[in-house]
Amino acid sequence: MNRLADEDLALLLLIRSFERKLLALFERGELNGTTHTCLGQEYVPVSLRPLLRDGDWVFSNHRGHGHYLARFEDPEGLLAEIMGRKGAVCDGVGGSQHLHRDRYLSTGVQGQSLPVATGVALHLKRREPGGLACVYIGDGTWGEGAVYEALNMAQLWRLPLLVVVEHNGIAQSTPTELQMAGTIAGRAAAFGIEHTRVTSLDISEIRRHLAPLVETVRGGAPLVVEFATHRLGPHSKGDDTRPPDVVRSDWYAAYQAEHPDQSARLEAAARARVDAIAEEVAARPPAAWTPAAGSPAGWMPA
Amino acid sequence: MDARVRVGENLNQALHGLLGDDPGVYVLGEDLLDPYGGAFKITRGLSTRFPDRVLTTPLSEGAIVGAASGLALAGEKAIVEMMFGDFAGLAFDQIVNFAAKSVSMYGRRVPMPLVIRCPSGGNRGYGPTHSQNLQKHFIGVPGLSLFEMSPFHDNRAVLDRMLALEEPCLLFEDKVLYTRRMYEVDELFSWDLVEDVAVVRFDGDLDYALIAPGGVAHRAIAAMRTLLLSHDLAGALLVPSRLYPFDPAAVLPLLGQVGLVCVAEDGSAGGTWGSHLAADLHTRLWGSLRRPIRLVSSADSVIPTAAHLERDVVLQDSTICRAVLEALDG
Repeated sequence: MNRLADEDLALLLLIRSFERKLLALFERGELNGTTHTCLGQEYVPVSLRPLLRDGDWVFSNHRGHGHYLARFEDPEGLLAEIMGRKGAVCDGVGGSQHLHRDRYLSTGVQGQSLPVATGVALHLKRREPGGLACVYIGDGTWGEGAVYEALNMAQLWRLPLLVVVEHNGIAQSTPTELQMAGTIAGRAAAFGIEHTRVTSLDISEIRRHLAPLVETVRGGAPLVVEFATHRLGPHSKGDDTRPPDVVRSDWYAAYQAEHPDQSARLEAAARARVDAIAEEVAARPPAAWTPAAGSPAGWMPA
Repeated sequence: MDARVRVGENLNQALHGLLGDDPGVYVLGEDLLDPYGGAFKITRGLSTRFPDRVLTTPLSEGAIVGAASGLALAGEKAIVEMMFGDFAGLAFDQIVNFAAKSVSMYGRRVPMPLVIRCPSGGNRGYGPTHSQNLQKHFIGVPGLSLFEMSPFHDNRAVLDRMLALEEPCLLFEDKVLYTRRMYEVDELFSWDLVEDVAVVRFDGDLDYALIAPGGVAHRAIAAMRTLLLSHDLAGALLVPSRLYPFDPAAVLPLLGQVGLVCVAEDGSAGGTWGSHLAADLHTRLWGSLRRPIRLVSSADSVIPTAAHLERDVVLQDSTICRAVLEALDG
């Protein structure tokens, strides 16, 4: 694998350390609710990072911590959101799956964001030509009809829509072969939409391959980029029912073997940074938010 | 107020005016383009004048509302036409779980200027899936407001108000109302606006008051005529523009002095807007009510296609009339 700039590897390891920390906090009972970690998929948003511009919109999903951190590098705000502490990105209302900051937005319902991104792409095409809307979805998302309605519209209207599929071979607990007939490539082809499959784990290679394709999106050609990737961890927490011998390629294991010194140095730094952030955020006061009280009768504060 | 204009023309003119005045407004929906101009011709002429912002779409109600939400999110304003309000079911997730929630689920308020127009109601012979009033399914959703078109509320003002709320709004439009005239009432009655509520009334002491959405207004007025001429009962009709949330404060004095309050609505019975409103009014008017609030609606039934069968199911003026008489006799 090509050697990464320190900046890229540091971001990758920040995401990994962040996700590991979340699982540890859950195990210790210090987090409420649920979370979905992107262990193994960190390289996807980090690969795309320099290909996206500040004016582009990014739509994420339930497994979105890596997307958010690659866009803003704000582990403090994200952890505060997940822990419901002061300084939370969305005041603790949205939590792990519902984040909105500037031109970044995630929702917790599968397929929901694609039509919304299509509308944003329509706005960009008319008001800010050259901008694009990037939507992260998974292989499981392709079961939702909203995906097809949006692809049809985006192609019909030639919108700058970049669909990034993190195809990790498993939708929660269901392997792809039990939930998808045909292929993602075939489905994109049905709409006349360009599709490219990325199997490499080498970020430099991925960027070289995708850079010219992303430029075509900016000109109004929707594109589906399918990453063949691997979810190393559970769907949420402690719910991995896959047999232990299932192959799970880890970009980091491969990278670490070839670049041990850089990896050790930056991993230690990332872990220390995340440890310190977790301690600091946990000590913050709770996030404050008051629901907008409308006129309907029946509500009173607890 | 031009009393000759039909309600559908008033709405069409409102859309023309809005698109002309505000370059940030989009209209999306199925079969909107001229010369067709929408299934009920409400969008007629719009695509010719504003081809860039009046978009005919695939048959994809979920994605239409989703794309409209995306436009709103990006700073535009969007108006969606559902060909039939019944099809709002296809967009339920986008309306309830995205557009409405986005207003508040990200901690700070996210403006979502979005209107979803829903041609609704029966008495046209369109059958079970093209005749409903689906208001009840959208009541009580945080961040979602419900309005209903009425012959007493200028549609331009209503559209402006909905967009100014900066949260998704459903506008229910009774299809029969499109061809009725604006501001027209029986000569036995006069009408006025009390804040948001159009009050059509007999000039004198009142025996009862009806509360009804705009689509029911003409049936209610016909019932009031019969009740006055055949039974010597004087009534008032209250027609709010915004159905939910609805603050009845401005009309409580009127409601508190009548012998009967009756809520008349066109949706199927059970779990309705009217039952929600009646529960609220029972609390607010406890002590001055002389009898329980009476509800009257269409039957708890699918809406048949054959005219004589449909008539038996869908709320009619005769149903309202009978409900008032029964309640006052009881």
